[in-house]
Amino acid sequence: MSPVLRPELRFTLDGRSVVADAGETLIEVADRQGVQIPRLCHSPGLEPAGNCRACMVEVEGERLLVAACCRKPAQGMVVHSSSPRALQAQKMVLELLLSDMPAQPLKHDDELRTWARQLGVGSPRFEPRERIATDTSHAAITVDLDACIQCTRCVRACRDEQVNGVIGLALRGESSRIVFDLGDSLGGSSCVACGECVQACPTGALAPATGAARMPAQVQVGSLCPWCGVGCQVRYLVTDGQISQAQGRDGPANHGRLCVKGRFGYDYSRHPQRLTVPLIRRAGAPKDATAMADPELARQAWFREATWDEALTVAAGGLAHLREVHGPHALAGFGSAKGSNEEAYLFQKIVRLGFGSNHVDHCTRLCHASSVAALLEGLGSAAVSNPVRDVLQAEVVIVIGANPTVNHPVAATWIKNAVQRGTKLVVIDPRQSDLTRLAHVHLQFRPASDVMLLNAMMYTIIEEGLVDERFVADRTQGYEALAAQVRHVTPELAEPVCGIAAERIREVARLYATSRASMIFWGMGVSQHVHGTDNARCLIALALLTGQIGRPGTGLHPLRGQNNVQGASDAGLIPMMLPDYQRVTDAAARARFAAAWGVPVERLSAEPGLTVVEVMHAIHRGQVKGLYVMGENPAMSDPDTGQTRQALSELEWLVVQDIFLTETAMLADVVLPASSFFEKTGSFTNTDRTVQLARQVLQPPGQARADLWILLQMAQRLGLDAAGYGAGDAAVAALFDEMRRSMPNLAGITWQKLQDEGSAVYPCRAEGEAPEVVEFSHHFATADGRAHFVPVRSQPADELPDAEYPLVLITGRQLEHWHTGSMSRRSAVLDALEPDPVALMHPRDMAALGVPPGGLVTLRSRRGQVSLFARVDEQASPGAVFVAFCYYEAAINRLTNPALDLVAHIPEFKYCAIRAEPGGVLPGQTGFGASEAVR
Amino acid sequence: MPSGVIPIVTADAARQRRRERARGRQTDTSVRDELRQWLGQDLTRRDLLIEHLHVINDRLGCLPAPQLVALAALMKLPQAEVFEVASFYHHFEIIKEGPDGLLPPLPGLCVRVCDGLPCAMAGGEALRVRLAALLGPQVQVLATPCVGRCETAPVAVVHQHAVTHATAEAVVQAVQAGRTAPAATTHIDLDAYRAQGGYALLRDCMSGARDPLQLIELLEAAGVRGLGGAGFPAGRKWRIVRAQPAPRRMADTLDEGEPGTFKDRVLLEADPHRFIEGLWIAAWAVGVAQITVYLRDEYHGCRQVLRAELARLLADPPAPGLPEIVLRRGAGAYICGEESAMIESIEGRRGLPRLRPPFVAERGLFGRPTLVHNLETLYWLRELVEHGAAWFAGQGRHGRQGLRRFSVSGRVCVPGVKLAPAGITLRELVDEHCGGMLPGHRLYAYLPGGASGGILPERLADLPLDFDTLQPHGCFIGSAAVIVLSQHDSAADAARNVMRFFAHESCGQCTPCRAGTAKAVTLMDGPRWDAPLLGELGQVMRDASICGLGQAAPNAFDSVLTYFAHEVGT
Repeated sequence: MSPVLRPELRFTLDGRSVVADAGETLIEVADRQGVQIPRLCHSPGLEPAGNCRACMVEVEGERLLVAACCRKPAQGMVVHSSSPRALQAQKMVLELLLSDMPAQPLKHDDELRTWARQLGVGSPRFEPRERIATDTSHAAITVDLDACIQCTRCVRACRDEQVNGVIGLALRGESSRIVFDLGDSLGGSSCVACGECVQACPTGALAPATGAARMPAQVQVGSLCPWCGVGCQVRYLVTDGQISQAQGRDGPANHGRLCVKGRFGYDYSRHPQRLTVPLIRRAGAPKDATAMADPELARQAWFREATWDEALTVAAGGLAHLREVHGPHALAGFGSAKGSNEEAYLFQKIVRLGFGSNHVDHCTRLCHASSVAALLEGLGSAAVSNPVRDVLQAEVVIVIGANPTVNHPVAATWIKNAVQRGTKLVVIDPRQSDLTRLAHVHLQFRPASDVMLLNAMMYTIIEEGLVDERFVADRTQGYEALAAQVRHVTPELAEPVCGIAAERIREVARLYATSRASMIFWGMGVSQHVHGTDNARCLIALALLTGQIGRPGTGLHPLRGQNNVQGASDAGLIPMMLPDYQRVTDAAARARFAAAWGVPVERLSAEPGLTVVEVMHAIHRGQVKGLYVMGENPAMSDPDTGQTRQALSELEWLVVQDIFLTETAMLADVVLPASSFFEKTGSFTNTDRTVQLARQVLQPPGQARADLWILLQMAQRLGLDAAGYGAGDAAVAALFDEMRRSMPNLAGITWQKLQDEGSAVYPCRAEGEAPEVVEFSHHFATADGRAHFVPVRSQPADELPDAEYPLVLITGRQLEHWHTGSMSRRSAVLDALEPDPVALMHPRDMAALGVPPGGLVTLRSRRGQVSLFARVDEQASPGAVFVAFCYYEAAINRLTNPALDLVAHIPEFKYCAIRAEPGGVLPGQTGFGASEAVR
Repeated sequence: MPSGVIPIVTADAARQRRRERARGRQTDTSVRDELRQWLGQDLTRRDLLIEHLHVINDRLGCLPAPQLVALAALMKLPQAEVFEVASFYHHFEIIKEGPDGLLPPLPGLCVRVCDGLPCAMAGGEALRVRLAALLGPQVQVLATPCVGRCETAPVAVVHQHAVTHATAEAVVQAVQAGRTAPAATTHIDLDAYRAQGGYALLRDCMSGARDPLQLIELLEAAGVRGLGGAGFPAGRKWRIVRAQPAPRRMADTLDEGEPGTFKDRVLLEADPHRFIEGLWIAAWAVGVAQITVYLRDEYHGCRQVLRAELARLLADPPAPGLPEIVLRRGAGAYICGEESAMIESIEGRRGLPRLRPPFVAERGLFGRPTLVHNLETLYWLRELVEHGAAWFAGQGRHGRQGLRRFSVSGRVCVPGVKLAPAGITLRELVDEHCGGMLPGHRLYAYLPGGASGGILPERLADLPLDFDTLQPHGCFIGSAAVIVLSQHDSAADAARNVMRFFAHESCGQCTPCRAGTAKAVTLMDGPRWDAPLLGELGQVMRDASICGLGQAAPNAFDSVLTYFAHEVGT
């Protein structure tokens, strides 16, 4: 079929004959042509509204002027953008709006004033409207509707883009007003403070509460967000060595969008408790595993300041001494998923070559180790098959065991956008979430019955002949075993176990199997179970069975948590894997890396190392005596932290490299003051397999040093030849180059490419090669190129509720806070928005206990107890209590069960038995005082 | 915090609130359960939002915040979307918690006094002030825009009961007697209409005995134009929509909110089936699958009549295979008489007119091609077929063709709906159809087309009144709502009245209308007007407003500046 030739669309704009591209509006053509037409309600990326009427142009033969932002040109149309009539309308619109503006601009680059100046609009001749009181109820955003021009950019940003639906335009006529929820104060509203409205507002009616928008910044730096795995690109505005604003950049994952943490949570790096001097533990200072200390008092009481030289020598010397005395198995290291790829790569090298063992791990063990294990086993690759934004091409999307509006807020916006466009969303989760409002179906199944539910779905798919037989035959292996396993798992059998009607299970199975493209997202509700690997295996099998993988809009996407958990895993911060998931037991792999690193192969241990929780057990046993922790906080993040802290306190030598005196650092012998995300350059890999460049924004405070500098110093002192890397950004580049040369998936991504383009997707096996954005379109990454079904049987959680401990505890995160809270709770806005430790409980459970909303409740498990505030949560399932693990005052991991998944060694954070009692004692102080300034 | 020591923070109210509940307003489960009973099960349809709000408002006399929160939860809508819709329409009163966190007592009975121009001329404002004093704080007395009963000005509405030719005493009596329901009207019911040969034409159409194209040709030959105000040729409209891909829809506006207009109400109250038959015939001719009738909320009596008669028709349809007729209720918004704003309202949103293109004939209700008509146009159909195109086209005066229904109010002896030849002059209309001017009143000025059609002086009372005839004079006939002013009235005051009305009724979407009408009210306030500035303002309103409201609003001050400059010192 020959392509349909469309005649080019030609029209006349201001006397010039111009050509419009398909779908272009007049204003877009004008912009391309350099014709300046004023506009206020128009903003690229938002649906056109055509309400401000500043862009009126004259079209010959039409009675009325037309809005250039909405009108598309027609063949032969004659348009005048600056005829006297058009110009008069443009100027009069600006004058009308200007007459209501406050005397001083609220934003230094106020678009209304800019256009008015440009068009020569003088002082407005109209009386201003009635003044409106300023709303300062919100910690992050000030609302000054005096400057509002009702352009609805904020409404569209909130409703269409972020799909939060907090902002509306209420009332009408001159009274029409931007409102939050039911016309409530912003602080009292359901606002999640993503700040998209601030970014959208042309006049500063919605502006950062700091007043930062009133002055231009001295410097702008394009970098990344330091928080989650979505990997948003951010522009930081810097004045006087401080970040004054964060704005979304047009990155592949975020396209200008940010969430509350990315937009307002950048100030932690300047918190007064920031470590700025190396610290050495005072002789005789106790290591008290049970103490809960103020970091500042702890620093003064237990540590003395040291020079870098002394600190490094002592730190490395202590580790080296243990190695000499007890052998390589006496040492372990925890790298960080918050560090760069280069740091992670160098850290694992330090452990493998400097310590001589594979006892290197990081927090992936606590989040997606099970997903990684299952994906490697089934598909041969430990990363997502399709990027988040592929959801826009999906017909059906399953979100299981994930709460992306809280944990991956910007990723969630794409899922919500897809739903707006007609994608059917299936939420499979024991809890309700913000996404359930948009869900086509919500399967609110009983916690920990995932395998049964998923097997029943597969039963239905097989029973009803919905298997993609061609795909199964051509691309997979092990189907018969799977079919045999699920043959007896009827939906009727699953119904009483999962608490979901059999017909609903069938309905979802059919929906997923028969859609044009179905995609699965999952989070830690799937992975953090003793059967976490099995859960992920079922999801993989579901996709394989139906051929819903290897195409756009399909596939498997475990939403990665930390901003570089993908990269840290890729780089080999895993005890059983060298970089690029090469098994340490594989002699050929060891030989390759030995050659690459210029060391004899004997220096690489063939014995898989210990995982995070196993290291703690090994300390207890007396095997591991020295530990190097970089940017992790196991004293808060590990299950049964009472035991973890006990173990950490029993260490003979603990070196902690961090930016704050964390609960872990308080037990250290040497504390090395490191760099925050903003103070260094490096590459970071997001959940979409996109490697992105973070550029240095600030200088480290005091004597704090870049992490990579510290690592190089430590490496040198632990017997590695680190001198060849050079220093500063050159060392970053050198390390990246070494990494890509030893990791075939990254081989095609050069440091220069990252500098030039800011981001690159892998696998990209050769320079100039197009990356595989969607993986597995032709073959899987396994040895035989086929995907492998792994049938599994349902097993219960490790610790079931009983009469003594009748409730289930689920742990996780909340929107405003990050992991153990060491950073987010030191951010003024984030702390102000979520200042206190809370347990989310169903109102029925609270009523049964006799705890009023906001009252104190004490939660107790067999391992520990905490007291905190009970928050009513209609979204909770009765009998389950949710607590985030970010609160040092109520460190919930004191309660969690350290039982591990047998395959991936991930602990069961999502299920343990507890009991709740009304009342309790909370320490008189909560948080780190970060929000005092904005209160 | 320079010390570095964690300060002990006392919990302020916001902090305590965060401890207690998730952010934002939370649903009261008992309110939610109650709403579920009131509203039935189908709560996911966005387009029913306004209907649901009516149910709550009818039961409680207002919309308390907890109910709005629960409704949002039930409908899976953001609270802001419910609030912006509820707050857009005048007939919804939202009640929110005070500073103490408690809801104020729910409002009592409401008496609305019309402040449309005819009622204002008949002493509406004095009546309102007097009623407020007489009825005391238990009864809310509010001014309300034109309620469509201008022939009986002044009018006060006790809840849904209209007191015509209202005196304070009569209203107080109605309140005390608890007369709050719409007064019963006598109309031609289904049996009577059938007995007169009603629905025979429809049966012919549905049975295939008639050809839709012939009917369209008849409309074209008769020169029938839309009688809602814009005057678009009806036959051409039918052809355009008919040519669009199916499924097509039809939306019929019974939202005549133009001050001074009441003809649709009078027709509907008298002969509803003539209109309904017209609906079905048009649907047949254009190939429409579903019909929505949007009735202005002020017409409570009409609603009762229509509901009852539609129910009878559902039980006993005049022909098989007729499309469903859905009756939708406005909620007090003049702008919803604008076709695309009406469509937005039917879809459950604020009545914001849409930008064109696309036109509603291409993309209208629920994104489908939509035929939009005014009641009177359809009301004519049966008579046109019965009498023929030539009969209709043969009517008219002063070179104009056809018949018009004029809603006449103001200083005439016999106001009301007047069926008169197109092209009749104002002087003829008053003299021949309205019994002349009231005693003691001399013709001074008239508004030929409600609030938006401008104001003409007595010396132009001999112009033929029809579409297209008044444009050279800066005016138009619109819905043919004629308001007659005498030497006791002021054109400037009339202009101020209508500009206040426009400012009140502007949807607020576009700058020229939202800000323009408000600034114009201020500029027109004083005894001397700034003619050049008003001129510039009027130009941008005409040129750049999205819909006819903003485009026509300057007619008011332009007319005064052109014909009555002496009143405003210019």
